[in-house]
Amino acid sequence: MASFKKAVKISQKHLLGIQDLSINDINIILNEAKDFISLNKSKNKKIDILRGKTQINLFFEPSTRTQSSFELAGKRLGADVMSMNITNSAIKKGETLIDTAMTLNAMHPDIIVIRHQDSGACNLLSQKVNCSVLNAGDGRREHPTQALLDALTIIDRKKKIQGLRIAICGDILHSRVARSNIYLLNMLGAEVNIVAPSNLMPKDLEKLGINKFTDMKKGVKDCDIVMMLRLQNERMTSSFLSSNREYYEYYGLTPDKLSFAKEDALIMHPGPMNRGIEIDTKLADDINKSVIKEQVELGVAVRMACLKLFCE
Amino acid sequence: MKKQYFLNAYIIDPKNSIDEIGGLIVNENGKIEAVGKKVNKNNIPSREKFINLEGKHIFPGIVDMRVFVGEPGYEYKENFRTLSNAALAGGVTSVVTMPNTQPVIDNVSIVDFLKRRGRDKAKINIYPTATLTKNLEGKNMTEFGLLQNKGIIGFTDGVKTIQNSRLMSRIMRSAYDLGSLVIQHAEDYELAENGTVNDGIISTKLGLQGITDLAEKVIIERDLTLLEDLNCRYHIAQISSSKSVEVIKYKKNEIDFTTGVSINNLSLNENDIGDFRTFLKLSPPLRREEDRLALVQGLKDGLIDVIVSDHKPEDEESKRLTFAQAATGASGIETLLPLSLELYHNDSVKLFKIIELLTHSPAKILNIDKGNMSIGNDADFCIVDINKPWVVKKEKMISKSKNTCIENKKLQGKVISTFIKGIELYKL
Repeated sequence: MASFKKAVKISQKHLLGIQDLSINDINIILNEAKDFISLNKSKNKKIDILRGKTQINLFFEPSTRTQSSFELAGKRLGADVMSMNITNSAIKKGETLIDTAMTLNAMHPDIIVIRHQDSGACNLLSQKVNCSVLNAGDGRREHPTQALLDALTIIDRKKKIQGLRIAICGDILHSRVARSNIYLLNMLGAEVNIVAPSNLMPKDLEKLGINKFTDMKKGVKDCDIVMMLRLQNERMTSSFLSSNREYYEYYGLTPDKLSFAKEDALIMHPGPMNRGIEIDTKLADDINKSVIKEQVELGVAVRMACLKLFCE
Repeated sequence: MKKQYFLNAYIIDPKNSIDEIGGLIVNENGKIEAVGKKVNKNNIPSREKFINLEGKHIFPGIVDMRVFVGEPGYEYKENFRTLSNAALAGGVTSVVTMPNTQPVIDNVSIVDFLKRRGRDKAKINIYPTATLTKNLEGKNMTEFGLLQNKGIIGFTDGVKTIQNSRLMSRIMRSAYDLGSLVIQHAEDYELAENGTVNDGIISTKLGLQGITDLAEKVIIERDLTLLEDLNCRYHIAQISSSKSVEVIKYKKNEIDFTTGVSINNLSLNENDIGDFRTFLKLSPPLRREEDRLALVQGLKDGLIDVIVSDHKPEDEESKRLTFAQAATGASGIETLLPLSLELYHNDSVKLFKIIELLTHSPAKILNIDKGNMSIGNDADFCIVDINKPWVVKKEKMISKSKNTCIENKKLQGKVISTFIKGIELYKL
């Protein structure tokens, strides 16, 4: 993954999910993102390749890192960024997603970034607007930019993805991050282990080409990467687990469980973390093992790449 | 009305075991005078004009056991007039309407209104059901006896299920005493909570909450267990999975009950949902291809008794939403027969069997003398070109709501005319 491929175009108009992308698309995005890593570390972080372009952030769900990451990414590229505040908008007055889309569309944006609590909301939006739509997370379906930034982080540290063994652990059922990562890591040639209690494991997941584990020690055995997911208590309407305490005992990442992975294994987490529930707080902050902060940092670069490529 | 002669048609009338080329004579009062192979050009008066239906089929008018009409309360989705026109275009002459209206059909006073509206606005035969429980709350039984006396044909909570086992056993006792028909929509609420599609690889990929097939099986098993002691007239509205077919197979020899299936579950599977097509959000949900095939086999094995349209008109606004928010159900009364014919054209089920499940079999469960062409009976029938190819187009649909789940599907077989009491009320 060396040379520049500036002339090459992405095959899709919208970024709705990793499922829709080709390996070529992914390589284009990752290559483009690499260039922005150094820009983001330099003194003058602003360029003007998206000058005159309008980016609308439409977040129906609360978000700290993704929303600010997209906002910053757009601004660094010189776009006019508008973040809609849903609590004050007409959506609160009963406007449907399609009507909102039509209204925004009339303002001629070049790109809309959407996060929504319902799976498929970005697909619906993309059918109704003229501009490109970037999915910043829809329900439990996909979160493509998160998977891309995770891949970039892994490549940055391990220099490759092909042949790595990667464990994704925790609340898979409610996780769009897990789904996008399964597609992406599979495509890039990693072996993916999924670790979750049966109550948090989606039906027929093995059909996506992963290995299923309910025993975390077996699942992380000899892994190069251990990716932890947040327990999404806010999406759990009935009893999935007995207690956080028991969950931590069996599925929380502790030094003991991590010892089954490779010695140089890296810890990842898309955030926000529930310290002491899915991950030991010391491990989360261990700069030799945890790349959680780097994930956030590279997130901006990946989103800059996506904005640039899908704005064209 | 003049006497009418229809000759050289292929006639199927399952009740009377007619499956042959022949003719049909409708007398001056709109009743069947003669039917079958003995009716031909040689034994009708030579001065009489006849209609030559060579290459065409005559079936008894279809009896659709599961139809939602928007009246009262949701007239913007479908009223009796639009329902009637849509039904006639599909060869359907009798429908059983669901009580999920606003207000719900749960008391005697509203039945009069319903019967009057049905009679004045609809040309087809309307057989209304009432709810099993007051206001669909699943708590207190409705007055089965009194409602029945007013003309209610059966009892069901429509899209809802009786969850409480004790209440269900009491419903069965009352229904036994009064000879009432109980129709259950089988879905355990806890297992199906917030579900929108089949629980499986599609729900996992689309990130949608799944409905496990166990939710259906649990209720069917419970009801059939209760039924062992309290054998009332009991009908499972629709089944959708191979697991349910297995339970029915096991119980069918021991106790009396009947089972329905929607033509949607017989024709489509979960893969058809594609990229969040909300028009395919149905209840019960479309399941795996293996399930669809098990349902077709269930038809052939005599385990399933009726095919229904599960006609559920929904306006466009309630479908133009995210999958989780969109309304459930599809408009399908006018495509029930053509879509059923697909099972014949692809050699899955014999034509006679399909017609039986659409006519005589539901009539028998409902205890009505419809869905047949017995001599002296009302001449309710349809003329069908079973080979005519056509494409389903939303804008050509007659129903007030255009939420078909088979948009752009190529079908073979179309209704040419539909008659009720000898009067041609629909002509292609």
